[in-house]
Amino acid sequence: MTSGARPVDPAAADDSVGMSYLNRTPQRLLTVYLPLGVFVFVLLFPFYWMTITALKPNEELNNFRDYNPFWPSSPTLENIRYLLFETSYPGWLVNTMVVAIGSTCLSLVASVFAAYAIERIRFPGSRWTGLGIFLAYLVPPSILFIPLAVMIFKFGIYDTKLALIFTYPTFLIPFCTWLLMGYFRSIPYELEECALVDGASRWQILTRIMLPLAVPGLISAGIFAFTLSWNEFIYALTFIQSSENKTVPVGVLTELVRGDVYEWGALMAGALLGSLPVVLLYSFFVDYYVSSMTGAVKE
Amino acid sequence: MQSKLFLGLLFMLPAAIFLLVFLSYPLGLGVWLGFTDTRIGRTGVFVGLENYQLLWEDSIFWLSVFNTILYTVAASILKFMLGLWLALLLNEHLPLKAIIRAVVLLPWVVPTVLSAIAFWWIYDTQFSIISWALLELGWISSPINFLGDPNNARATVILTNVWRGIPFVAITLLAGLQTISPSLHEAATLDGATSWQRFRFITLPMLSPLIAVVMTFSVLFTFTDFQLIYVLTRGGPLNATHLMATLSFQRAIPGGQLGEGAAIAVAMVPFLLAAILFSYFGLQRRRWQQGGSDA
Repeated sequence: MTSGARPVDPAAADDSVGMSYLNRTPQRLLTVYLPLGVFVFVLLFPFYWMTITALKPNEELNNFRDYNPFWPSSPTLENIRYLLFETSYPGWLVNTMVVAIGSTCLSLVASVFAAYAIERIRFPGSRWTGLGIFLAYLVPPSILFIPLAVMIFKFGIYDTKLALIFTYPTFLIPFCTWLLMGYFRSIPYELEECALVDGASRWQILTRIMLPLAVPGLISAGIFAFTLSWNEFIYALTFIQSSENKTVPVGVLTELVRGDVYEWGALMAGALLGSLPVVLLYSFFVDYYVSSMTGAVKE
Repeated sequence: MQSKLFLGLLFMLPAAIFLLVFLSYPLGLGVWLGFTDTRIGRTGVFVGLENYQLLWEDSIFWLSVFNTILYTVAASILKFMLGLWLALLLNEHLPLKAIIRAVVLLPWVVPTVLSAIAFWWIYDTQFSIISWALLELGWISSPINFLGDPNNARATVILTNVWRGIPFVAITLLAGLQTISPSLHEAATLDGATSWQRFRFITLPMLSPLIAVVMTFSVLFTFTDFQLIYVLTRGGPLNATHLMATLSFQRAIPGGQLGEGAAIAVAMVPFLLAAILFSYFGLQRRRWQQGGSDA
């Protein structure tokens, strides 16, 4: 496994430039820039529309005749103010944050140990364990949520944040372990052997040698796990009932939609604010993100 | 050797506990629940295959099976073709390449439910911006009923799923494209290969192992999709967009029939396995036909 997206080596990049003289500019305009432009437009338009709607005052929302629909003529923060001060939205944000951070930390710790055991201690049966972890990654939440709901009810943690913190690792641990196994594999064995010869314990090797070297892997796994738990929906919808314990995706969908009156401005503001944390995190760590995504599908 | 086993198991312990308690056990419990008539607030008794018998005669269940297969097949094919196209475009020499690549992944980063809410507004029956734009252009004479008409609704949810899935396919395939040595393309060009031939006989074969893995994941996530449907249509109109996952949720949680819901979830497994095996081995066929080692 080559862990993550390696940057193309400069020589190769030069070569591809060397051949591109074959494509003349007018032709490139039609075969590259035009389709790419359409792709980017379609992929981004919903976010633009979400933002614009969140900033529009109510009378502009449904009136495309008198106002330009693509730009708010009198932008307002009223929708965001309503969301933050007159709904439970801030509480949902806090809940989502607590659940995401809690389950991510829990999964990272468990995954570091598991990945190290499978990849480096090489105990009898470690190969099968590795395969089992991969298979666990393929089990979808939509098959598990009913029995999990029954269990959570029996454990007495129904409608608490703990229910989510304990169930999210079911998809986070397999993912993080799989990713970290790849990172550990790329760290040379010799380093570990040197330390073993010098009398270091397994624990010391893990904390003093492996973990510092695997920091990029830990960041990748961590932010990815955080995003996965931030975006999770079906468990949060099933295991949480009271408004004050809901996460952002569930809260926005179930509490802001009342009867027939859709408050589109507030809904869009809720969607926008709920997306911001992950988008900000993503924008700071784009490369880690891409490497964990591509690392996860490579064997 | 003994100590290695002991140490290994000790290090595996935290992950193993979580996965056994919250993953393996519920899997088994789900199968068991499928054989009982458990309801919310009442422990059920073993009823054998009764749930499956009911499902066998349930036309809504079969409709949801049909919908799930249609949804998975159509969305996966579109995601693959458009995703590969986007990956090829991003592999060109472009100004601002890093920014474009980062921006393109956004639909995949933003929580599905929240982007689906934005789409809900885009597909609004009265104030859809797409209908408005097409009306202004004079291409249509009345607003499109995106989510109200069964066939429109099917097409709409499939296209929305494709919108969300393209970035994943494109960015992972792009990583694969970047490992293909440009000298192969140069050699082929010198031999007089057209750009289509270079794509067909160099890019595609070099990429096919990665395509198999990416599409297997894509099929898996599409087949078990729940969020998008739940936000956009809740299975309607007339159950035309009910997937097995949404039907299972509807029967089990709002309907209270945990046993029946679990039976639907269990019924997903054989279809799911078939879909995964098909996409994995089907797409990798080329490799073992040529006598290569199986991955």
